[in-house]
Amino acid sequence: MFSNNSNFVQGVDTAFVLILGISIFFLILLTTIMIVFVIKYNKKRHSKAVQIKDSSTLEIVWTTIPLILVLVMFYFGWRGFLPMRQVPDDAMQVKAIGQMWKWTFVYPGNKQSDSLLLPINKAVKMNLFSKDVIHGFSIPDFRVKEDVVPGKNNYTWFIPGKFGNYDLYCSAYCGLSHSYMLALVRIVPEEEFNKWLASLPLKKADDNNEGFKILDKNGCFSCHSMDGRKIVGPSFKGLYGSTHEVITNGTTRKITVDDLYLETSVYDPDKDVVAGYPPGMMKSYKGLIKEKDMPKVIEYFKTLKAQ
Amino acid sequence: MNNNEHISFLEHQGKYKGIFAWIFATDHKRIAFLYMYAIAAFFLVGAILGLLMRFELIAPGETIIKPQTYNGLFTVHGIIMIFMVVIPGLSAVFGNFFLPILIGAKDVSFPKLNNFSWWLFMFGSALAIATQLLKSGSPDTGWTFYAPYSTTTGTSVILATTAAFILGFSSILTGLNFIVTVHRMRAPGMRFFNMPLFPWSIYATAWIQLLATPVVGITLIMLIAERLFGIGFFNPDLGGDPVLFQHLFWIYSHPAVYIMILPAMGVITEIIPTFCQKRVYGYKAIALSSLAIAGVGFLVWGHHMYTSGMSEQARWFFSLLTFIVAVPSAIKVFNWITTMYKGSIDLKPPFIFALAFIFLFMIGGLTGLILGSVATDIQVHDTSFIVAHFHYIIFGGMGFAFFAAIHYWLPKMYGKMYNFKIANISAVSLFIGFNLLYFPQFIIGIQGMPRRYFDYFPKFQWAQVISTIGGVILVSAVILMIYNLIMGVRKGAKASANPWNGTTLEWQIPSPPSLENFDSAPIVKENPYDYN
Repeated sequence: MFSNNSNFVQGVDTAFVLILGISIFFLILLTTIMIVFVIKYNKKRHSKAVQIKDSSTLEIVWTTIPLILVLVMFYFGWRGFLPMRQVPDDAMQVKAIGQMWKWTFVYPGNKQSDSLLLPINKAVKMNLFSKDVIHGFSIPDFRVKEDVVPGKNNYTWFIPGKFGNYDLYCSAYCGLSHSYMLALVRIVPEEEFNKWLASLPLKKADDNNEGFKILDKNGCFSCHSMDGRKIVGPSFKGLYGSTHEVITNGTTRKITVDDLYLETSVYDPDKDVVAGYPPGMMKSYKGLIKEKDMPKVIEYFKTLKAQ
Repeated sequence: MNNNEHISFLEHQGKYKGIFAWIFATDHKRIAFLYMYAIAAFFLVGAILGLLMRFELIAPGETIIKPQTYNGLFTVHGIIMIFMVVIPGLSAVFGNFFLPILIGAKDVSFPKLNNFSWWLFMFGSALAIATQLLKSGSPDTGWTFYAPYSTTTGTSVILATTAAFILGFSSILTGLNFIVTVHRMRAPGMRFFNMPLFPWSIYATAWIQLLATPVVGITLIMLIAERLFGIGFFNPDLGGDPVLFQHLFWIYSHPAVYIMILPAMGVITEIIPTFCQKRVYGYKAIALSSLAIAGVGFLVWGHHMYTSGMSEQARWFFSLLTFIVAVPSAIKVFNWITTMYKGSIDLKPPFIFALAFIFLFMIGGLTGLILGSVATDIQVHDTSFIVAHFHYIIFGGMGFAFFAAIHYWLPKMYGKMYNFKIANISAVSLFIGFNLLYFPQFIIGIQGMPRRYFDYFPKFQWAQVISTIGGVILVSAVILMIYNLIMGVRKGAKASANPWNGTTLEWQIPSPPSLENFDSAPIVKENPYDYN
């Protein structure tokens, strides 16, 4: 009856069908009664109302029946949820790192990837880790969702049951590019997964650079690439020392990227906008990137050479 | 009573003249008008912000605004609608006007405090609107201010939370005033179980306002302290706990949902017997279910946090209590419908709005069951399903009850009547627009469309287009409705003292009422809805 995308679909969808079924039944029943009354007892046909005494029996009946029904719903909702907290011991451990506004998945052996490739029919435990604010790890097709809370060791798990591509969303609002914090989930045969895993790069060495950490924490790399690609803003690759045309107060001028220009761009991004990019895309990071940290950031920019 | 001597509160000449007779008014009826005009203006601003979001979402990608603007829009839309429209809405407008009259009182217990509450409300609202004009930009946290995003973002969060804090105080003082009024100001002979049911619902609401609002006040102060002084309550970098914020926030904000909906249920309970010409069915069950909702409503906040990483025990406990709080709401619906049985039903505009309310509230309530169940909530949490659900409860519920109330009581408040035909057209188009706008969001929510998304996959576009069309119809219908009411007040026919043949005390006095409501002592009935 239900899809086999993951091991939770059956439990969740059973509760869905049960609650929706009872709800739709009562909605139609009560609406119909209401309409019948409005027509039948319209004052044109029924000019004198009949005053009716309250009945405790009736009150007890229509308190008890809904109470029993909601307890049944509660039970099915609980039963569908419980397996989501019972992780098998042999589950593969994958760390999902959420940060403004991208996902990174770290596999056993310190291999990392931007998309989530997983072998079919194997339990995987996702250890949810946030670098900044609360994110939400959500794969609707798998009926999986858990918040990624900084400072907490939240987790979720599942067994993918069908080959294919699925969408992973950030479900908890996390700022400017929340709606672009997506990732691809691919379910593949186990051999293909092992081959892919072996080809993955190790976690980046930049992780120990202070300037990198500050930029990473503030989500700069979601809009500015480090490899020359244009995402939302200009790439950071080879930026320091290069010359650019910028628009200042409506006039175009040529500048060389130096310490002062970088600082202005961080704190007052709309002052000098690089030609070809619309203004208003970036907010000011005043107070978020501290002035005493700027030298570290600038040092890091200097390491991003054009080659 | 001699009608020749009757001077309505609108004509009464007090200490102050002109505008000062209004802004310094201590008469509960004038204060109700002050709230109503302010809230109507805020509602229109909030609705326009909502419509801007709908236009942005009509197609994937950037349509008319930038992501940062969009994030500001849904935050400010939420702050305005929740704190400045829906929470004060029914209780500050119709509670102020009709609570004293329905219990046979001259005024509320503390008339000056009542005026002060309005000033606080306006001051808080002015601050909230000022957040829009600051250089740091409008707050972009969502109206829920979740930490640590709210403690680190560069936008004007401090001002917005200060505004919410002040608005909260206005709410606390109004609640206090109403509790004391119900206890101390009832007319001689009126016991609690002789009160009409709107005062019952306002009474239950007032307790929530008094007891729950301080919690959010404290929470917002903690948030401000973290931002200003770096005290680590919520941000883990400072040693805080982000989930603590959610607990504190929802301890208030879930009961706040009942602050919104209980008075709405009260309004509907007044309207149905009048237009069925029949005593309300299950008086005691309806009165006590209001108290039950207010009581159990304090214990269900955790259902907003099933995915926050709470323990399994907390999840099942909150789920169970959430299902139990659904029962008293169901009891009310059964009693309303039974009141219609063998009535003599007059399909006038207030009753049409009340019918729309029952239908929309049922959809809102029943979809709430999906959210109360842990397994299904995991699927729809933080999706457009939630957005649809709470708009069905808050707008379909509280909003339609407000529209029902204004059509019901406008002849009493102004002594004038509006055009029924236009009122019916606006009611039907509101109903159609509303369902077109919000129903499709349930479907794509189940399919996984997250909320607060500036951009989305093309597979969700069909629903967004229908919603935007619904939004345009809805806003047009609101404008038509307001136009009709204004024309009614300005040029409408004179309304009699009891145009609907109601039984409660407000219909025994002239329209509009005099300064102290009752020129002679009110006659209290054993059952306020007695038609014999």
